[in-house]
Amino acid sequence: MIAIPFQSRRKFLKNIGYISVGFSLLGACIGAEDPTIASRITYDGKLPGSIGRAKTVNAWIEILEDGNIRVLSGKVELGQGIRTAIQQVAAEELDMDLDKIQVHLAETGLTPNEGYTGASASIQNSAMSVRYAAAKARQELLLLASKKLNTPINDLLLFNGIVKSKLGNKSLTFAEILEGEQIDREVSIPVPIKNKAEHRYVGKSVPRTDIGEMVRGQAGYIQNLRFPGMVHARVVRPPGYESKLLTLDENGLMAEVPGVIKTVVKGSFVGVITEREHQAIKAEQYLKNHSEWTTSVPFPEKENLFTHIKEIANNPETVRNEGNVEAAIKGVETIKAKYTKPYIKHASLGPACGLAMFDGEVLHIWSHSQGIYPLREALATMLYMEAEKIHITAVPGAGCFGHSTADDAATDAALLALEYPNTHIRVQWSRHDEHSWDPYGPAMIVELEASLDENNKINSWKAEVWTDSHSTRPNKDAGTVLAARYLETPFTMKSRGYLGGGHRNADPYYKIPNMKLNAHYYEGPFRVSSLRSLGSFTNIFAVESLMDSLAEKAGQNPLDFRLRHLEDGRAIAVIHKVKELTASQNIAVDQGVGYAFMRYKNTDAYIAMAAKVAVDKVTGNIELIKMWAAVDVGEVINMDGITNQIEGGMIQAASWTLKEQVTFNTNEITGTDYLKYPILRFSEIPLVEVAIINRPNEAAYGVGEVSMPPTAAAIANAIYKACGKRVFDLPITPEKISDS
Amino acid sequence: MIMPTYHLNINGSQKRVETEADTPLLYVLRDYLELNGPTYGCGLSQCGSCMVLVNGSATTSCMLPVSSVDESEITTLEGLVSDNGKLHAVQQAFVKEQAAQCGYCLNGMVMTTISLLNKNPSPDDLEIRNALEGNLCRCGSHTRIIKAVKIAAKSL
Repeated sequence: MIAIPFQSRRKFLKNIGYISVGFSLLGACIGAEDPTIASRITYDGKLPGSIGRAKTVNAWIEILEDGNIRVLSGKVELGQGIRTAIQQVAAEELDMDLDKIQVHLAETGLTPNEGYTGASASIQNSAMSVRYAAAKARQELLLLASKKLNTPINDLLLFNGIVKSKLGNKSLTFAEILEGEQIDREVSIPVPIKNKAEHRYVGKSVPRTDIGEMVRGQAGYIQNLRFPGMVHARVVRPPGYESKLLTLDENGLMAEVPGVIKTVVKGSFVGVITEREHQAIKAEQYLKNHSEWTTSVPFPEKENLFTHIKEIANNPETVRNEGNVEAAIKGVETIKAKYTKPYIKHASLGPACGLAMFDGEVLHIWSHSQGIYPLREALATMLYMEAEKIHITAVPGAGCFGHSTADDAATDAALLALEYPNTHIRVQWSRHDEHSWDPYGPAMIVELEASLDENNKINSWKAEVWTDSHSTRPNKDAGTVLAARYLETPFTMKSRGYLGGGHRNADPYYKIPNMKLNAHYYEGPFRVSSLRSLGSFTNIFAVESLMDSLAEKAGQNPLDFRLRHLEDGRAIAVIHKVKELTASQNIAVDQGVGYAFMRYKNTDAYIAMAAKVAVDKVTGNIELIKMWAAVDVGEVINMDGITNQIEGGMIQAASWTLKEQVTFNTNEITGTDYLKYPILRFSEIPLVEVAIINRPNEAAYGVGEVSMPPTAAAIANAIYKACGKRVFDLPITPEKISDS
Repeated sequence: MIMPTYHLNINGSQKRVETEADTPLLYVLRDYLELNGPTYGCGLSQCGSCMVLVNGSATTSCMLPVSSVDESEITTLEGLVSDNGKLHAVQQAFVKEQAAQCGYCLNGMVMTTISLLNKNPSPDDLEIRNALEGNLCRCGSHTRIIKAVKIAAKSL
């Protein structure tokens, strides 16, 4: 078979005429029995949003001359296994072996613009777009082959890159059918898709091939990307958000640190380029020690954070108002509670990295950004360049769990590359900078008040949510990328970003006749953006904690109480499932099992969760023994991929719940590494068990964020069961439940 | 500036590196020898991503000056793979259990597991957790990693 190195699509179309077709594929088929081809059903439902931005088959699917398929996705691989899921979907519709499907992830000018890789939306958008594009491709290939072979479609078989007549006397490869063209027909409905009951790959646990690369030290992380002649750089970040550079004395730098190539100063942006990576670290330290900066605006006292938030918040906005909460609450006994969550970090294990090279005309950038097209807009504004002159390739990175610092590292590299052209420049962030400059998941306050009717059902529910923005992701507002704020002419962020994520899931999925949700937006002291599940984590902590309090007041079992307020069969099914999973648990006197339920965004995946803890009432020590999740994400694409996401999400959210908070004093952020900002370690990791209800005929929902929100409530409810202490303020640390 | 020269024993072969004496081994491996096994996570010996085997024992390389390595035998993920491409039993176990999400920490997990099994061929759950206490994972793959260690122990 002819091995074709990666090339751009434009080049591919130009060159295809010169490349002969490989015959080994056909050779391999001679004598082999034809596979049974699965039946098709007509799909005439909705097409995913991403199709609207990339309408034709060839925007998603390219037929290669060697018989393989290249799938183009605008998403980024960050450990969630999206590459494998997309591969499964394409292989399924085209009846091909999995290894004949290559997946090319986001690159500007090449792949569709799918915005950001986030909000658990990659399956709904990217994978589903690929499904319908691949199905359309199959339809077109059969149509064209039918004409060429002069054989009716019904007498043709399409599999593994060929179309052949059932009699076996005539066949064509995909490349022969297309004769150098690609399929530029629009992806439209109705389109025949494979009957789901006959799926070979989708719904199964297809192992990820990239784990084999990882164990060999061949993982394609951005941090591992190298180019001939590449040099290294670090940026000297200011001591505070608003600090300005006063003086920089670099006179002794060259004598002190070998390998220094150039110091770049643009306003208060200071970067240093060196031959070797460790030299950049030493040069950064030298410049830090030889520079003076203005002091920044002081932070509030940590003890006063939540008071401060209420002081600076805007007037509330009523997001939802059904029935008449005020009237329903009047004169009746209510349960009121206030729940709080501190700022928490992404704390990705791989600090941000970015590479850039300016060739005199085009600025090439490599980034683990979750949104290369929006990043390009921000850079175009910041650099006063045409977007078309900026070429960004997405490269996998370590798990980042939302908008973290990847875009900022790419911005650093871009600024330095323009000052030192024709050389690849690699910027690696330090752990200190990663922890200090990360846009955190914002602190939140949730105040709930609810009442029961005479039948002990919830009659009224009032939620007040205080939240900062949950997404300040890059866009044409250059102030969204960090370095832009420190240039000679600084860009300040104009928009407040996405506010809606803050009140997500504060209005419960339960049937409640009178419900009101008010959102109080504030612009807090720290840089913030999206962290896995946005406001839902805090809101469901509050909602599901209060549900247990209400169940207790009603004198009912917490799961039965929830079931009495649910009508949706799928919601009921996950609760029954988690009940079944935990039915045989022995619970000692110092132990407790707590539950929580959520439908993510009230429109997506369903999850019911349980946590089992043991609590030492004297010391307050909490042992998180085990967590269970029963999940319905609709159609399952990769069973093990979903299980892995749910397991990992529970453990990460348990870490948020039990350990994590950004610490600071009035001058600085103090939690700048993993000792000062601890996350769960192996000795503290619970056992996890996941049950997935597969519903092949329902829409496929994303899974990445689903297990985060119920975790804190399940743990808090378990702790209450174990020791009678209810904690309202995260993280749940021993001193908050200790008797002494 | 004239740099000192170091002769290092990496994955069974001698490597000559000219660098400053205080360059940590991690940067020698990644930046000079272009090995991708050990990854940079913190530079503070807090997370274990950068671990290598030093004479068979898992050691963080991010703060270990190259000048102190001397004759030690250094092994990275790349060095665990046989010449015929066959994976080490521990590597195989991690693939089998799909014990990763992003995999950035995987290197340290594999190194610690080998180091543990060198000393204790059949560790129980608690011994595995204790051994891995210095290795952080942000994706939450811990329970799969523990399973992988058990599978590896059985197959060795």
